[in-house]
Amino acid sequence: MNPTIEMPTIEYATLAPLLLVFGAAIIGVLVEAFAPRYLRRSFQVPLTLLSLIGAFALVIVQVVRGDVETGPVAMGALAVDGPALFIWGVILVLSAVCVLLINDEGHFVASAASVPGSSDEEASEKAGHEHTEIYPLVLFAVGGMLMFPAANDLLTMFVGLEVMSLPLYLLCGLARRRRLLSQEASMKYFLLGAFSSAFFLYGAAMLYGYAGTVSFAGINQALAQGSLLDPLLLLGASLLGVGLLFKIGAAPFQAWKPDVYQGAPTPITALMASGTLVAAVGALLRVFWVGLGNLDWDWRPVLWVVAALTMIVGAVIAITQTDIKRMLAYSSIAHAGFLLVGVLATYDTGAGNVVSLQAILFYLLVYGVATVGAFAVVTLVRDAGGEANHLSRWAGLGKRAPILSGVFAFFLLAFAGIPLTSGFFGKYALFTAAIGSGREAGDALGAWMTGLVVVGVIASAIAAFFYVRVIVLMFFSEPVADGPTIAVPSTGTVAVIALSLLVTVGVGLFPEPVLQLANTAASSLFVR
Amino acid sequence: MDPVEIIQHTAGGVIGMSWLMIAFPLLGATILLVFNRYTNRWGHLLGVAMSLASFVVAVLAFVQLLGLPEAQRRQAVHLWEFIPGMVDMGLLVDPLSIAFALLITGVGSLIHIYSIGYMAHDPDRRRFFAYLNLFVAAMLLLVLADNYLALFIGWEGVGLASYLLIGFWQFKPSAAVAAKKAFVVNRVGDFGLLVGMFLIWTTFGTLAFAELKPITSENPTTLAIGLLLLLGACGKSAQLPLQSWLLDAMEGPTPVSALIHAATMVTAGVYLVVRSGAFFFPEGSGAALAVAIVGAATLLAGAIIGCAKDDIKKGLAGSTMSQIGYMMLGAGLGPVGYAFAIGHLITHGFFKADMFLGAGSVMHAMNDEVNMRKYGGLRKYMPITFATFFIGYLAIIGFPLLSGYFTKDGIIESAIHAEPVLGWLAVLGAGLTGFYMSRMVFMTFFGEKRWDKEAHPHESPAVMTVPLIVLSIGSIFLGGYLVLSNTLLLWLAPAVGRPAELPGFHPFSVPGLSTLALVAVGAAFAWFKYGRAEVPAVQPRGSFLTTFARRDLYGDALNESLIMRPGQWLTRLAVYFDNRGIDGVVNGLAAGIGGSSGRLRRLQTGFARTYALSILFGAAILTGALLLVGNI
Repeated sequence: MNPTIEMPTIEYATLAPLLLVFGAAIIGVLVEAFAPRYLRRSFQVPLTLLSLIGAFALVIVQVVRGDVETGPVAMGALAVDGPALFIWGVILVLSAVCVLLINDEGHFVASAASVPGSSDEEASEKAGHEHTEIYPLVLFAVGGMLMFPAANDLLTMFVGLEVMSLPLYLLCGLARRRRLLSQEASMKYFLLGAFSSAFFLYGAAMLYGYAGTVSFAGINQALAQGSLLDPLLLLGASLLGVGLLFKIGAAPFQAWKPDVYQGAPTPITALMASGTLVAAVGALLRVFWVGLGNLDWDWRPVLWVVAALTMIVGAVIAITQTDIKRMLAYSSIAHAGFLLVGVLATYDTGAGNVVSLQAILFYLLVYGVATVGAFAVVTLVRDAGGEANHLSRWAGLGKRAPILSGVFAFFLLAFAGIPLTSGFFGKYALFTAAIGSGREAGDALGAWMTGLVVVGVIASAIAAFFYVRVIVLMFFSEPVADGPTIAVPSTGTVAVIALSLLVTVGVGLFPEPVLQLANTAASSLFVR
Repeated sequence: MDPVEIIQHTAGGVIGMSWLMIAFPLLGATILLVFNRYTNRWGHLLGVAMSLASFVVAVLAFVQLLGLPEAQRRQAVHLWEFIPGMVDMGLLVDPLSIAFALLITGVGSLIHIYSIGYMAHDPDRRRFFAYLNLFVAAMLLLVLADNYLALFIGWEGVGLASYLLIGFWQFKPSAAVAAKKAFVVNRVGDFGLLVGMFLIWTTFGTLAFAELKPITSENPTTLAIGLLLLLGACGKSAQLPLQSWLLDAMEGPTPVSALIHAATMVTAGVYLVVRSGAFFFPEGSGAALAVAIVGAATLLAGAIIGCAKDDIKKGLAGSTMSQIGYMMLGAGLGPVGYAFAIGHLITHGFFKADMFLGAGSVMHAMNDEVNMRKYGGLRKYMPITFATFFIGYLAIIGFPLLSGYFTKDGIIESAIHAEPVLGWLAVLGAGLTGFYMSRMVFMTFFGEKRWDKEAHPHESPAVMTVPLIVLSIGSIFLGGYLVLSNTLLLWLAPAVGRPAELPGFHPFSVPGLSTLALVAVGAAFAWFKYGRAEVPAVQPRGSFLTTFARRDLYGDALNESLIMRPGQWLTRLAVYFDNRGIDGVVNGLAAGIGGSSGRLRRLQTGFARTYALSILFGAAILTGALLLVGNI
């Protein structure tokens, strides 16, 4: 008797954005294989941009038509719900913007294998070789980012995690300047990433052992009926958490972030700091809110410590940084901590959870945009040997490049959460949601949540110090004698900076439409 | 009668688009500042166009408002949710705000046009217009806001524009210092306004005008709020004791003095008091009395200062202080006074702008000389400037049937009715006004030439004289139109409330006649001293009283000895304690954070193995913690 294989049902329309990105990535690989070298770039750039914009358009179409799926799709592998669509939209916009940065000249090495400064390198540069593989790699990474937060079971999530991470490991090592730093970053990121993936997988296995299923809904179901004291469950949950917390760079798993952010080519850093963070927070939410939703009395105290530690570590260590990219990396760690505050802010009621989710989604959008803008400015401040990343080189920049410095100062103020910037409303919404969740939970936990917000405010104050220090450095210090030059920005870079500034200013003045959008996305909560 | 309810604007039309009034000049300022050099050739025209566009919107909104019944004349236009759950950003279009909007955009546009000529030779003319546009936008936000927070944003915006424009010629140290002084003194006032707003929020839980309720009797909280708002008003409107910045502010270009430091910004304090009148300054309350007293004191102080100044712009600045003192006095009298205060504010906007621009025209002709002792006999050389200035002069001294006569007389009559002592002080002030303004006119336009050798006075170009003519026409007729049949009072009634009985106009009352007599005496005295007699080219020593007035009533000396010196001592003391005590804590804290930062940083060894180990430890701790929590 022949066992029949059931044909899987795939909701192609719903998954179109994901499929488009992956499809374009595969076409990109084929272009690399078959197109002559001089044609590749003129294929790859439009292909990449169009596929990202097209995928974004497809997301918009789904949102406008309003036929958001109410259950898992693709045989329960993925969940394309309101929050997932919002996150997809944000990731697609951010990555398209990063592609514009990547497209700018001079960030990537012509031939990664040649020794820096060798004649080989010179020859390959002269010949006009360049790594056009970057574009399909970015597309694969973006595809992974889309899949990661939309996964509806642990295995799909792991696949998404790896598809997202592997191309990034490679991309980190392709910086044209400071090659050794870049290759070191790549190596470290790969080793530690693999290490943390192992944790994730081990945790997933244990949870399967506990629940007998890998789907989030199934695990949560098992939690509702089974024992909450099972060591298998608690071990699985914590190991899974380690894998995810590593990706967002929460303390004590943050050590890779500064090294990798510093070494990677700046456009890739921008992609990691915005897109990866957004995707990882989305995945974290899905695991802890959907999969382990019934275990929240256990994981909330533990995450409380992680969140507080992350905010403090990020803010405190950033103070003594002398490299602008490392400083932004620590700032990103602190912001991951702020986002964790939001993850902690769960309610017993759906309406309460909508408030928290809305705050997180809003924060992801505004933080991602400001981050890309800030890194775009960093790419423009250059020395003879590439970007001038040492902070001492930024002294007095405001006198020579007032507009660029002003824009950068504005992004820093947005990070610090000063009113009239988007960052203010992001923090305001997050902290309000956290306090509200504590109030709902009652005395003991309420005080703890308020305490966490107090920690967050203190960390913000510490963080404001190093943001403002850079502003002071730029505007109130004497310029260094042979200061860095400001590269003439390409149209793409100008567009990136202008767009980021527009969003940061616009949302700072008119937060209502974006908050409303986040609210609409959050209102359906996650499908189970 | 209380003001009518504020209703939410629903139907379309210009009122719904009233945000355009603010958007136009803001757009102009943005374009001019962003594309700086590239707009050099046409920047000034853009500035004028944006101001005029704003004026057109204001007129259209005014017309639409006229067509509505009285009960619907206060329309709130919701723009967006500003701070969710706290304040919505919105505009309030009502008779009061639209009257201000018309004044700001109307006089503002004329001054924009005049500046084309006045600033023609300045290499930074484009920047000047950018700031002017910025000012107009901020001022409109101030008067159109439907809540205290938005008002405060506009309030700070005009402060910023004023700072930038006073210090526009920043290469002059005196201008830079004056700008700084204006900024610092205004901070004191802003502090009052801000704390007042905090109190409003904590007491009433709202900052929106529509949600605050008119009060009939005063309680300690509203008194405190009223006094704090008054402090804010004193800062912005240069009232005692925060008057000292206005005289120095004359360092700015003359059109700025006309627009910001005479016609519009300095009247923001009067606006604040009138707008908050029903909430915090009810008729006969302590807060209202404080407003009236401040007004009366300032109107005398300004007039005395005006008597002794040889710098034509500083003389006008003293007079501005004095006239705003009249408005404040009116604003402290309740709904009767409001109409006259606003009326005087509008007519003053015209005749004072007229005279400031006239003074600018004279300076333009005399190589930027401001010392009136070096003028004289200019009426033949600058006939249009002379004629328009003279009309402004007649209006301000309250010559019968000109604008100032009606509005100032209204304030004096109502003051004598309500607070006789303050009222008679205002009469005395009118006499002083007659003296110092006549002195200014005689020293400038009459008598012998006392010019410097290189002076070749000439009439200014049409782009400067046409605004002068328009303003002087307003200075003649506006007052009578607004006051005679209570036009303004009835128009403002929905917004500020209507007095129990309408005031009539009595030309031959005792206060009216004594005012006229005193003005005549003052003018005659000035004629004998400065018109007929020789004016010494060098300032004579003068009596103790003259010195007193010349030194701005020792206002600066007073500030210096009462505030600055003790302030400096206090600062030193504070620095001492700060170094010893607080710094110890703060530095300790900072060093603690910095030190731990440095120490924590060392954990970042750069070795992947260390990082992996930290992940392993982290995972172990996390798992342990979860097991612990799970088993509690």
